Order: sequence, then structure tokens, then C-alpha cells
Amino acid sequence: MFKTITGKSVRGVALASATSAALFAASAADAVEIEYWQYFFDARVTAMEQLIENFQAANPDITVTMTHFPYADYRTKVAAAVPAGEGPDVVQLFYGWLNDYKEAQLIQPLPADTFPAAEIDEAFFPMVQAMKEGDRYWALPTAVRSLALFYNERLFEEAGIDGPPETLDELVETAAALTKRDGAGNITQVGITAGMTAQDHHWWREGLIRQFGGEPYVDDYQTVNYNSDAGKAALGFYTDLFMGDDAVSAVGFMDEPQAAFKAGRAGMHIDGSFRIGSLNNTRGLKWGVTELPATADGAQSNYSSYWVNAITTKAEGEKYDAAVKFMQYITSDEAMQIWLDVVGELPAKPSVGLTEENAQNEVFGPFIRGLEYAHTTKFVNESAQRQLMVEMIERMTLQDMPLEESLAIAAEAEQKILDAAYKE
Amino acid sequence: MYRNLTIKQKQIVWAWAFLAIPVLFYGVIRFYPTGNAFLISFQNWNLLGDRTWAGLENYRELWNDPVFWQVFRNTFAYLLIGTPVSLVISFVIAYHLDKTRFMHGFLRMLYFLPFMTSAVAMAWVWRWFYQPVPIGLFNNLLASVGLSQVAFLNSTTNALPSVLAPAVWAGLGFQVIIFMAGLRAIPVSYYEAARIDGVGWWTQLTQITLPLLRPTLVFIVVFSSIGFLRIFDHVFNMTTNNPGGPLNSTKPLVLMIYDTAFNGFNMGYAAAQTVVLFTILLIVSLLQLWILRSD
Repeated sequence: MFKTITGKSVRGVALASATSAALFAASAADAVEIEYWQYFFDARVTAMEQLIENFQAANPDITVTMTHFPYADYRTKVAAAVPAGEGPDVVQLFYGWLNDYKEAQLIQPLPADTFPAAEIDEAFFPMVQAMKEGDRYWALPTAVRSLALFYNERLFEEAGIDGPPETLDELVETAAALTKRDGAGNITQVGITAGMTAQDHHWWREGLIRQFGGEPYVDDYQTVNYNSDAGKAALGFYTDLFMGDDAVSAVGFMDEPQAAFKAGRAGMHIDGSFRIGSLNNTRGLKWGVTELPATADGAQSNYSSYWVNAITTKAEGEKYDAAVKFMQYITSDEAMQIWLDVVGELPAKPSVGLTEENAQNEVFGPFIRGLEYAHTTKFVNESAQRQLMVEMIERMTLQDMPLEESLAIAAEAEQKILDAAYKE
Repeated sequence: MYRNLTIKQKQIVWAWAFLAIPVLFYGVIRFYPTGNAFLISFQNWNLLGDRTWAGLENYRELWNDPVFWQVFRNTFAYLLIGTPVSLVISFVIAYHLDKTRFMHGFLRMLYFLPFMTSAVAMAWVWRWFYQPVPIGLFNNLLASVGLSQVAFLNSTTNALPSVLAPAVWAGLGFQVIIFMAGLRAIPVSYYEAARIDGVGWWTQLTQITLPLLRPTLVFIVVFSSIGFLRIFDHVFNMTTNNPGGPLNSTKPLVLMIYDTAFNGFNMGYAAAQTVVLFTILLIVSLLQLWILRSD
């Protein structure tokens, strides 16, 4: 009897403490606060505020605080904060940085049960697989970007061209019709903008080279492969646009390609989906956009890049669980649609991107359709690798170096950058 | 305890109390990072991971890097063209401005104005001046009189002088003011004596003015040399799309350091370049002080 009572009371105490522990846990869960970091870009911040609001409404026990920095300080701040236990739980990174963050143990892989690789492979556009290692994903994007051909409708009308070019040959013809010169032969309006400093190096790498039958890199982007016939043909096509007497473009025309297009001095311009916003705000510019031109036999290729979200190693315990939930939300269909509407960046899943409404949208459509045949270059140092393309062109235009030689120098130099990065 | 000190010791305590702030400031803000930079130059570090020892590897890489030698030449081109040109122009202006009474203050203000203008704004305006037809000011002028265009920035030979010109112009006002102060400090009696002896202006210039300007000259030469060796804002802003281009023909050492550190995230290699820049600055400054030392 006595024993029983004791037993009962012990159980009672245990129960009571369990209840209070549960209560305590619940109140602690109330206070779960996770931090999200991204770089500052007006529309991205607005979109994220909306996403956080929706997420918090659905998960009242989690609070998400967003911190943003100027792009220039972003990487440094993350690197300093995470090891000190001060930084974000969920962080936004450029896909090209993933390796560095992984190796520095600043981020942890996504849990395989909530983010099963097989399902993600299926649900997302294929280029996202660059974020996969074995059967786990390290990070996932909310939105992606691709390239398309912008064209100036007023200039098209003025030159009597009825529609944007669909093939590369048509592109050259159309550009020729749009090019204007003054009495001395100086170009005063270009048919199409050119310059490796902008997006053209992506167009050349992942677009033109593949369309001319080549493959820019092999061994999972560890070996340069464009010093080939396809590479030469692609470079020849590209440089013909601005070299020679019948040039339809000029490198450095009006300082920057996008400036020339905005000012209405360029008939066509290849750029990313992120340009839409600033073109929309340009007074007096009437523009359209279409998919990148295909080859005569219909070969298409595009380049895509993206920013991803990842969970940092700082997130542990309940914060980790909250971070996983937040990741689930910001990679959901709903989040992607919001991101598209607010920022203008493309959904990372066909289920959102290829809805009838989005894919046929006259502005976003060409970009979204481009995603289906887009490739993502695995850069190790994007600015250094772009610089090599810039110099490849400069050697030809400023120093009259033959195409083959300049291409070979670029390929060799880029291989050196890749080797240095992958040997570590 | 303080009470037991002698007056002399109290003075020392007070002196150190006042010195503590600048000493601390220099220690933490200047000397510690400088020492750290020397340390990093012997390490590999990508800003994210751990620092690992590299020994002399960064310096060896630098020695074998053709871009570094190009950049090295550029840096000295900025120095060897920029310093004498700005020195001569600013002296000529100061010499004549000193003799001008008409609107003296206004003219002086006009020369000083560029020095106060933001280098970034100035670089962008000049970048626009240099553009090809149809927007560039200079090329539009050339085209309107039927001359062919000049590739100012888009040329491996013209780009460096084109970038240097606004940098020289920007620094001119400061040098003019310093020169004028130096000229005013020369006693008028020397010139009066010279005139009584019937000496011409050339002799006055070479025998009185220039020798007595030596301290001013030393200051301006050292100051502007360091400025040109560290040139960055003009180059970076005039060539943002292709920093230091075309084909590295305008890239100074500071820009290479910036690029290595904050685009390549190769902090060890960047620190090694910084050490080299530090050494160059030190040698050039000491050399100039020695050459122009007062007798």
C-alpha cells in the first residue's frame, strides 16, 4: 500500500515534471528564432519579407529575422560570423561559392528525409543537380536566371523587320539591317550589342559552343574542352559580329551593352532575366524579348545561374528543425511564384515555371522556356574566368592575334585556374 | 602614488596619458593589421577556411606571374610619367599664379577645385569623355571636324596615359597651393638684390627660386610619388567592366591586390603583393629623401 502510494506519487511527480517540461519545451518552441541572411537588393528583400510573413503565419512558433548586407561585404561577413556562432541559420549564397562554404564547414547538407534527392531531381530544373553530392543536396534555389534575346521594337519597326530572329543566321541578317553608321563609317547604332564583360561570355560558353556541336567543359567542369572545332566556330561566329568591315556591333559601344540597349542605340541585346526590372523602368524604351536564336537545324542551348539557400552549421537542435521548415517553405511552389511576381526571377521548378500562364508570359516566357535546355557552368572563380574571355577577344581586336592562337591561350589559362582550385 | 612622483615624472605620465590614444589607435588600426598582412603572405587563406602555411609559395608564384610583371611596369609607368608631369605643370602654374594679381583668389580656387572633387565622379565623367562615337565628347569633336576616332581607353598603348591624365589633373590643385606657399616663403630681398645686380628671370629662377624651394620639392615629390604608386580609384572607375584592362595595360599593383583578395579570395597571394607594394613604397620614399636631402 505504502509502496503503491509512493509509486503513485513518484509517478505523479514524474508526470507533473514531464508536463512542465513539455510546457517549458512548448514555450521555448514559441521563442524559436532563426536568422536569414541575404545580400541587399530591393526587390529580393521585399519578396523575402513577404515569404517570411507567410511562413510565420503558418508556423506561429517560429520567428525569422532577416539581415541583409551590401553585396560587396556579403561573403566576408558570413565568413566571420558563422564560426563565431553569430551568423545566420539559413543563408543565401551564389551557387559558385557552394564548394568553398562546404569545405570551410560553414553549411551542412539538407536532411535526406525532408529533401530526398530523387524527388528533388524530379521536381527541379536539371541544372540544380550541381548542388547534389551523393544522395544529398547541400542547398536549393528559390529562383533561377537564364538568358534571352531582348530587342528594341521601335528600331525593328523603323527598319521594317516584322519579328525577332529565330536562328543565328537570321540574327546576323537582322543585326545588319539595324546597324547605322555616320559618314565616316563610325557605328552610331549597333544591330546587336557585344562584350564579354556582360553576359556574352555565358552565351558563348554554354550557348554557342554547344550549338556548334561542342561541349565547353568535360569531367564535371574540371577540364576545359572548348579549344576544339566547335569552339573555334563559335568564337568565329561571335567575333564576326564586331570584327571586319561589315561589323554589326562594336565592343565597348556606349561603354556597356546594357547602356546601349537602354538608350535605344542597339537593336538587340542578350541579357539575363534580372535585367527585366531595370528595362521596365526605362522611359521611352519599347522592348520585347524572345528565346536565344537556334541554329539552322534547331539546336538550342542556354545558360542558367542561381542563388541558393543553405542551412549553416550554426543551426542546431530546435533551430535546425525550424531552419529545415523554413527551407521547405522557401523552396515551395508558392514561394517561387511570389519570387517571380516580386523579383522577376524564374521559378526553379517546372511545376511552377511551366504552368501555362508563366511559360507563355510574354516577358518571362522566353527565359522560362530557356531553362529546359540551360546549362550551369561550375565556376571556381567567375570573375577570373570571365576575364579570360574578355582578354581572348582583346588579343584578337587590339593585337591582331589569330583566332586559334587566342582561343588556345584562353583555354590553357582557364585550365590552370581550374587545376589550382581542384587540387586543394 | 601619483602624489609621490617628481614633477618630471608627472610630466612623463601626462605625456603618455595623452599619447595613449594615438598609440593605441596606431597599434590596433595600423601596426597590427600590417603585421598580420606579413603573416598572411606566408599562408594560404580563402577567407572562409583555415589558414594553412605556404612558406614562400605565394612569393614564388608572384615571381613567375607574367601579369605581376606587367602590373609592376604599369605601376612604375604611373610613377615615372605622373610625378614629373604633374610637378612641372603645377610649378609652372604656381609660378605664374604667384605673379598674377588679377582675380588671384578666384583663379587659385579654380585650380584647387578638382582636388576637392570625388575621384569616383571625376573618373566617370572622364570615362564618358573618352568614349567612342556616338557618345564620347572627344571623339565626337574629332568626328565633327572629319578626323578619325582615337581609341582612348580601348587600346593597350593609349589607355594608361588616358587614365593618368585626370589623375594628374586631380592632384594639381594641391601641388599648386604647396608650391605657392613655398614661393611666398622665399624672402623678397633676394629678388630685389638680384634685380639691382641686373640678373635676368632665368637666372633668378634657377639660382634663387628653385634652390630655395628644395624642401617644398622634396615634400611634393615624395607625396605625389606615393600617390601615383597607390593609384586605384581612377583606374578602377574608368575600367570597371574590365578592371585594369584592356589586357592589363592599365592595371596598377593596388588593383591587382584588390582583385586577388576580393574576387579571387586568395588572401595569402594578395598579402604577398601587399608586402611587395609596401617594400616598393619604402624604397622609393627613402631613395627620394636621400637624393633630395638638404646639404
